[in-house]
Amino acid sequence: MTVLARLEHIVKDFGAVRALDDVTLDINHGEVLGLMGDNGAGKSTLVKTIAGNFQPTSGSYSLDGQPVHFSGPAEARRHGIEVVYQDLAICDNLTAAANVFLGREMMKRVGPFKVLDHKGMNRRANEIFKELKSETRPAALVNRMSGGQRQAVAIARTRLSESKIVLMDEPTAAISVRQVAEVLALIRRMKDQGLSVILISHRMPDVFEVCDRVVVMRRGRKVADKPIAQSSPEEVTGLITGAIQSA
Amino acid sequence: MTNHQDRAPGMDVDLLQGSTSPWRGLLLAQESWVALSILVLGLIVSFIAPTFASAGNLLNVFQNACFIGIMALGMTPVIISGGIDISVGSILGMCAVTLGIVLNADMPLAVGIIATLAMGIACGVFNGAIISYLQLPPFIVTLATLSIGRSLALVLTNNEVFYEFGQATASIIALGGGYTFGFPNVVYALIIGVIILHILLTMTRWGRYLYAIGGNESAARLAGIPVDFIKISAYAFSGLMVAITAIFLVGWLGAVTNSIGTGYELQVIASTVIGGASLNGGFGSALGAAIGAILVEVIRNALLIAGVNPFWQGTFVGCFILAAVLLERIRSLRR
Ligand SMILES: Nc1ncnc2c1ncn2[C@@H]1O[C@H](COP(=O)(O)OP(=O)(O)O)[C@@H](O)[C@H]1O
Ligand SMILES: [Mg+2]
Repeated sequence: MTVLARLEHIVKDFGAVRALDDVTLDINHGEVLGLMGDNGAGKSTLVKTIAGNFQPTSGSYSLDGQPVHFSGPAEARRHGIEVVYQDLAICDNLTAAANVFLGREMMKRVGPFKVLDHKGMNRRANEIFKELKSETRPAALVNRMSGGQRQAVAIARTRLSESKIVLMDEPTAAISVRQVAEVLALIRRMKDQGLSVILISHRMPDVFEVCDRVVVMRRGRKVADKPIAQSSPEEVTGLITGAIQSA
Repeated sequence: MTNHQDRAPGMDVDLLQGSTSPWRGLLLAQESWVALSILVLGLIVSFIAPTFASAGNLLNVFQNACFIGIMALGMTPVIISGGIDISVGSILGMCAVTLGIVLNADMPLAVGIIATLAMGIACGVFNGAIISYLQLPPFIVTLATLSIGRSLALVLTNNEVFYEFGQATASIIALGGGYTFGFPNVVYALIIGVIILHILLTMTRWGRYLYAIGGNESAARLAGIPVDFIKISAYAFSGLMVAITAIFLVGWLGAVTNSIGTGYELQVIASTVIGGASLNGGFGSALGAAIGAILVEVIRNALLIAGVNPFWQGTFVGCFILAAVLLERIRSLRR
């Protein structure tokens, strides 16, 4: 496996709060990385630093060996880093296709004007949903969709461009068991397509089901980083609570 | 308030979804229900008071509805984006006073029109900029503008009424009070306005972003949409539509008083909401706003003709607003 992104000695302070404390982490091509830890451990901060929402206080960050300094999420997106936000960042009053293309609408020419290409966007969104093997109808409104379908809409957004890393912050937090399975299947499909995925989750079974590697954070520090096959739910639980110092 | 569940505005163009019939959409669209209410109400009133159905009265109703309707078209993008503009009556006052002063100074009509449109847009940009950049609630900001605008109209006119429009006298009265092919000119303005706004809302990025901002503003920001700019443009559009209304209204009335437009905001917002716009943002349509304005005017006129004390008008309009909001609630529960 080759390294796609490398974080070295990353520190992130919010005033007096040290949210990330000397975190060093490699993200490999085509791997699903599980990120676990208690509330406030720094998981979201780490992911937001990778996504360009936050600039680290100190430390270095490189992609494919090139140092990067993202001024914001838009710049990170141009480098192939996509985020599926925790609250899903979806507009309920729009269709699935409109959400997928939000901010990146396909346009077509009508005489001297450029207008929204509804058909084109529906068609492309439908292709992406098929790729993801999700039964999401592009022209249906999102407010009538299940949690799994909404997740598919959020993930489909990341498939519009040539993304390399997809960051998912607790995608399974607020959905039913059947829908969790759907989301996990979506994650596997992204991995099959060669993407790297970072999955933040509180759900131990999810992490052990789809992840190749698990990283545990505690109070801003990385306390474990190992292949999932060499760990166990008991060990991870101990690492999260602090019963086990590090592994 | 519309068709939320079954038909997104302008997105019912999908071919992949061939199973749903267009009749279902029509049946669920608020515009259809409002149109039906207008018909039923009209029929009942014509039985009680046959004068209602006279050509002269119907034309009068339609003309009055157009003034409110054009302003309701302006209100629609604002409400879709999750905002509200209660300053439209005062902006109408400012625009009319501007037109009165410019024409009273014996300027050509074109100059008066440009100055009026500029005033309307400026008032809208003022509202939008404060709402976007200072992050203040739209209700409060436009309430302040309502007060400021009316006060400035008084200051500028010094309580004078303008009815001398110099060289433009004949042309402004012909524009606002005149007829083309048997209909008042303002009717064409409303129809053109509905078509343009419908295209803007359903076929452009601007329209799409308004719905997105009204649906989930932070998601719109994360998607890289220029939220502040779009919001300001929505208020500017509202100001522009108010200015257009002012030009026709002044021509029709033949005079500018500084109280012109007072209290219009209620009728305008009522029209927009009755026509299917949601005060929570995210929903609304051009046709709905226009049809809503017609219903509001039909109610007003029907009560007048039926000899009901005009003091009751507000009660009836208010009940229709409540009914429209309840209808939305019932539909979203059925989901
Ligand atoms: N934008 C912020 N401003 C100030 N403090 C923050 C901010 N974001 C996170 N924090 C703090 O950083 C720490 C880590 O938070 P977070 O990364 O959200 O943890 P997790 O996602 O693991 O629950 C917490 O103490 C939190 O209060
Ligand atoms: Mg978090």
